Amino acid sequence: MGMTMVQKILARATGLKEVNVGDVLEPKVDVAMSHENAALVINQFYEIYKGTNLEPKVFDPEKIVIIFDHRVPAESSKTATNQKKIREFVRMQGIKNFHDINSIDGGICHQILPEYGYVRPGYVVVGTDSHTTTHGALGAFAFGIGATEMASIWALGVALNIEVPPTIKVVVNGKLPKYVLPKDIILHLIGKITAEGANFKVLEFHGDTIKNMNVSGRLVLCNMSVEAGATSGIVPVDEETLRYLKEEAGVKENINKLTPDPDAVYDSVVEIDASKLVPQIACPHSVDNVKPVNEVEGKKIDQIVIGSCTNGRLDDLEIAANILKGKKISKSVRMLVFPASWRIYKNALKKGYIGILVDAGAVIMNPGCGCCLGVHQGALGDGEVALSTTNRNFKGRMGNPNSEIYLCSPAVAAASAIKGEITDPRKI
Amino acid sequence: MSRVVLKLGNDISTDIIYPGRYMATVLPTETPQYAFADNKEFNKKLNNKEIPPGSIIVAGENFGCGSSREQAASTLKGHELVIIAKSFARIFLQNAINLGLKVIICPEIEADEGDEIEIIEGFVFNKTKNKKFQITPLPKTRQSIIDAGGLIAYTRKRLIEKT
Repeated sequence: MGMTMVQKILARATGLKEVNVGDVLEPKVDVAMSHENAALVINQFYEIYKGTNLEPKVFDPEKIVIIFDHRVPAESSKTATNQKKIREFVRMQGIKNFHDINSIDGGICHQILPEYGYVRPGYVVVGTDSHTTTHGALGAFAFGIGATEMASIWALGVALNIEVPPTIKVVVNGKLPKYVLPKDIILHLIGKITAEGANFKVLEFHGDTIKNMNVSGRLVLCNMSVEAGATSGIVPVDEETLRYLKEEAGVKENINKLTPDPDAVYDSVVEIDASKLVPQIACPHSVDNVKPVNEVEGKKIDQIVIGSCTNGRLDDLEIAANILKGKKISKSVRMLVFPASWRIYKNALKKGYIGILVDAGAVIMNPGCGCCLGVHQGALGDGEVALSTTNRNFKGRMGNPNSEIYLCSPAVAAASAIKGEITDPRKI
Repeated sequence: MSRVVLKLGNDISTDIIYPGRYMATVLPTETPQYAFADNKEFNKKLNNKEIPPGSIIVAGENFGCGSSREQAASTLKGHELVIIAKSFARIFLQNAINLGLKVIICPEIEADEGDEIEIIEGFVFNKTKNKKFQITPLPKTRQSIIDAGGLIAYTRKRLIEKT
């Protein structure tokens, strides 16, 4: 019987010829990524070795990647102390793949992993972050785990008790209209199948819209797959995957051109006609509360955010700059921009996007998760409303349970900044 | 016999259970103070020890959706709460099992705050409503982690076997 992308990856990672949905496996892990929550992983890792007389040693320092992004620079002494503890651990264990707070190779973990070629097609990638689903865009099986599970992987090198998940085939065809972006496809899909519609399943993306989409857009789709509950999102490998890995990620080794078998068996099929889509908005307080932009046009906004592991890439900044070129944002809003990595920040500087955004009145923040998770760099006041290109609008997400968050594409965010209210970018 | 101390709806996110602003707190001894921090009344009751261990939270579908933060499980474990939900989000469910937080999948559950609940072989019995609801068993593989006393102990065992 034919296998899906994830079945093929898990077969390789376990040395089996064939795996079936529901099989329980212990796949070898190719990349194990953590950010600041490595502080908790370290605690649990030492806990495992207590009373064993074994020396706590990670299974393979080459396969562990640590990236600071959630609270950079540290917002509190507690965070700073956690970061210090992680630096010491990284040094002691000989972990070279460490991205500290700096403007050379720093940035958000889900941008750094693809950007630096850590992720390859066919890999098993785990991360102590729910948006680890992002890396399926490069044909890997990538999923989020908790800190204790990561500690277990650091010790053993395999993920325990992984059940082969069923896969939903998502087929997207048609040309995206102007100012309708990959973000609108994934918001539409989440609205359609709900926040738990893909729970314990994988979303595998197909169709000519996906084939014509660059890796940057595919990263958006896989990133937000978790908002439908998916274990992972994944895109079959094609010429665009190879181009990205070679040209942008600097990969020199042979690349596994992994695609699913033509007779692979899917749990279900969801079809989307991209040519009929309009800009989508996820309304408070759940990501599946999705409406077409016209239903919420005119909603007054206090804070606009462009950035995050979802939409802080170069083409996101480009579209925002194109819309805001020569314009000023409304005096009634503040606009925060978080490039997803320092490489993106520097490229955006060279291309003039940063200058345009600054002239329009936006505040450019340092690359990182920023205000997305409500820790620092842009909390909301009581009763305030944010419009954001990030991935979650849960109550309290941006640090205040008495505020509201609407999610949108960078085109909607930029267009809305001009009037200070939710605006259809096709009308400007 | 335990009581339902909190009834919640669908899609309760880890931001509700353990807000992101407390994520720099990682120790299981410290996370319990921030359980449901934005629900000030309930948080206060927990911290004042007004809620006895074994008390029950009842929720709808997709409990624990969102972030992978393990604090969302450790904060509830710290108060020895039991979570009965119609369904759970994947990462939260795994974190709960790994840390030994008691979670029960009960797709048909009907219960209100104050109801008396008893867990009997494969069923949740709501004594107040005199109704019983079938429990969906956890996969056997998860049970092996629970039986070992959590993932730390299970991994330790595997590590010793390996060497």
